[in-house]
Amino acid sequence: MPVEAAAALAAKDVVGIQRLSPGEIQLILNTAEELLEVARRPIKKVPALRGSTVINLFMEPSTRTRFSFEVAEKRLSADTLNFSASGSSVSKGETLFDTARNLMAMAPDFIIIRHPHSGAPHRLAEVVPASIVNAGDGINEHPTQALLDAFTMCQHFGGLEGLKVVIAGDIRHSRVARSNAFLLGKMGAEVRFVAPASLLPLDVEELGVIPFVRLEPALEGADVVMMLRIQLERQKKLNFPSMREYYDFFALTPERLALAAERAIVMHPGPMNRGVEIDSRVADGPRSVILEQVTNGVAIRMAILYLLAGGRSEAASDS
Amino acid sequence: MKRLLIRNGRVVDPSQGLDQGMDILVEDGAIAAIGERLDARGRSQILDAAGLVVAPGFIDLHTHLCEPGLEHRETIESGCRAAVAGGFTAVCSMPDSNPVNDDPSVTSFIRKRAEQVGLARVYPVGAVSKGQAGEAMAEVGEMVAAGAVAVSDNPRPVRNALLFRRVLEYARSFDIPVAAHEEDLDLSDGGSMHEGRVSTRIGLAGIPTAAEDVMVARDILLAELTGGRLHLCHLSTSTALDLVRIGKRRGLALSCEVAAHQFVLTDEDLASAGYDPNWKANPPLRGSAEAEAIMQAIYDGTIDAIVSDHEPRHLDEKEADFADAPFGMIGLETAVPLAIDRLVHGKVIGLMQLVRLMSTRPAEVFGLPGGSLREGSPADLTVLDLRALRAVEPDSFRSKARNTPLAGRRLRGWPAATIVGGTIVWQAGKRPKN
Repeated sequence: MPVEAAAALAAKDVVGIQRLSPGEIQLILNTAEELLEVARRPIKKVPALRGSTVINLFMEPSTRTRFSFEVAEKRLSADTLNFSASGSSVSKGETLFDTARNLMAMAPDFIIIRHPHSGAPHRLAEVVPASIVNAGDGINEHPTQALLDAFTMCQHFGGLEGLKVVIAGDIRHSRVARSNAFLLGKMGAEVRFVAPASLLPLDVEELGVIPFVRLEPALEGADVVMMLRIQLERQKKLNFPSMREYYDFFALTPERLALAAERAIVMHPGPMNRGVEIDSRVADGPRSVILEQVTNGVAIRMAILYLLAGGRSEAASDS
Repeated sequence: MKRLLIRNGRVVDPSQGLDQGMDILVEDGAIAAIGERLDARGRSQILDAAGLVVAPGFIDLHTHLCEPGLEHRETIESGCRAAVAGGFTAVCSMPDSNPVNDDPSVTSFIRKRAEQVGLARVYPVGAVSKGQAGEAMAEVGEMVAAGAVAVSDNPRPVRNALLFRRVLEYARSFDIPVAAHEEDLDLSDGGSMHEGRVSTRIGLAGIPTAAEDVMVARDILLAELTGGRLHLCHLSTSTALDLVRIGKRRGLALSCEVAAHQFVLTDEDLASAGYDPNWKANPPLRGSAEAEAIMQAIYDGTIDAIVSDHEPRHLDEKEADFADAPFGMIGLETAVPLAIDRLVHGKVIGLMQLVRLMSTRPAEVFGLPGGSLREGSPADLTVLDLRALRAVEPDSFRSKARNTPLAGRRLRGWPAATIVGGTIVWQAGKRPKN
């Protein structure tokens, strides 16, 4: 049974999938569907956020997520400011909260934050009146990525309920895997996590997923195969022996993809390590929807800002 | 002659098996008489303890006083004010000051400064290794001569097993315990909370129980090998306590402590507090099964001491996100009410056992004066009001620090007065002297 969309987002922030209800998730997906057509207009702009200020506070390197947010903000006619960790007051030792207080003095309506530590957006949301959108915090959550992934799955399968979704790679360090598990679990899909146990978190069943330590058995009947980037910088040479071995046992190759359902799609949040977790023949193959994910990311981020702005203007007219 | 008569209290003294209504007469800083309806023998200060419990002074085996060098967090003076307001008459001060207490001059400084302050007794714990760097043994004997009562590299573990073996052996010449913070740092791997279902759910890197257990196992084996006195600091896991049971059955000179917050707060509580760094402690708050195991070990006598594990942090240090913030929570002003509320009112143990765990056994384990109300003992006493029901109010703390997750928590059973060397150094509801 499809989930009925909520009328509005309950909170002023989107800090994680864990704090969204199924109805709110459906609302964001429906809104993104409507906003997708903005990208097809000759003038790709709507006035929804005219006069609003959005600060993109990126304390960790990011290209695609930051660009995706920026495009979304500009298409909604917001004024945007970019703040990145290097070359800023952060590298001069300023705390997150002082940075936030200084930014608040400029009265932004939204702060999009990416932070290397879990929970930073949640803490920030408690101390500033602006709406906080989490663009990835530590190993915790990346809610907009999970929403755009779900949106992409919906485009291909018409819904999420009953889908069998394989997520494979460095699960232990992956906020994408976690947000996807929370979202897909709430919407009635089956999630299978695949990694050698050295790359799985302890008690992973807590996330409502079925864990596998080999890729092949997990692929059976899968509708979606999502490969995660092996974050080379996080491995410290202890989690698995070599890239070659990782590819040999855990990469998605055309042979392994043949084990999945015939209609299966291949996803990757990027950036890819070709020849490590994914074979180029799969990444560039007919079942890859990797670039659709990027397009959909803009629509999802527009939808979140649009919905949060609605809440903000209601709050303003109430008072 | 200076006299103090403590009247009509319920006297609880495990060293003599006493639990009855009695008076205590103090003369010149020592207990002169204990009995029913004592005569004031002329001019005496009177403390009416009707409705209150009078116990031998509580001794905290695990406090960080941060002086010298880290006075922005706590000083010997503020820490001692917090100690007596929390019902402790003596505290053992960990060596992680700046400079580290790895040298007799630092040990003497701490002793002298505490005497000047004149509130709680302060027993310095010296470092195991120079600079607590885990490489060369510190001057254990010189520090003992200057007043150290134990050695420890707390809050760090001693990674080098050979150094730990040697210090267990060497310390035998001075008959002091070696106190160990048990953590395999490789296994902790930069984690910031207990590793398990909750860390997986809220996305924080975890510290597994095994990080503590493997080191506890190692050090108990080394205690057996060497015959040294081993004291295990702030244990937090059921397996560590099982290992202690094995070591004690083998007759080793082995003791252990738990921090009061460790059997009250859990990782689930941490999760519901929303990434607040005041909940970040080392060892981390574990799951409720571990808290239950700790209470079982308190009940069956496996645990020797309940401690505050008072670890002050400056406000600025905790104003960070969870992963970035340092470990540590304060406990001097909450450990006693936490223990009374959870253990005594929660019917885990009786009052006699609580006094044993907070006074008599700590004195025995570190070989300190006190822990008894026998005639001739130092007149260090903790007076408790078991019925007092109050919320924890960090703004009223004597400590300089405020890093506690307990603000607003209502607890039943608070200290009512603290007497050190025959002087009432703190009394509930009265302004502190000077």
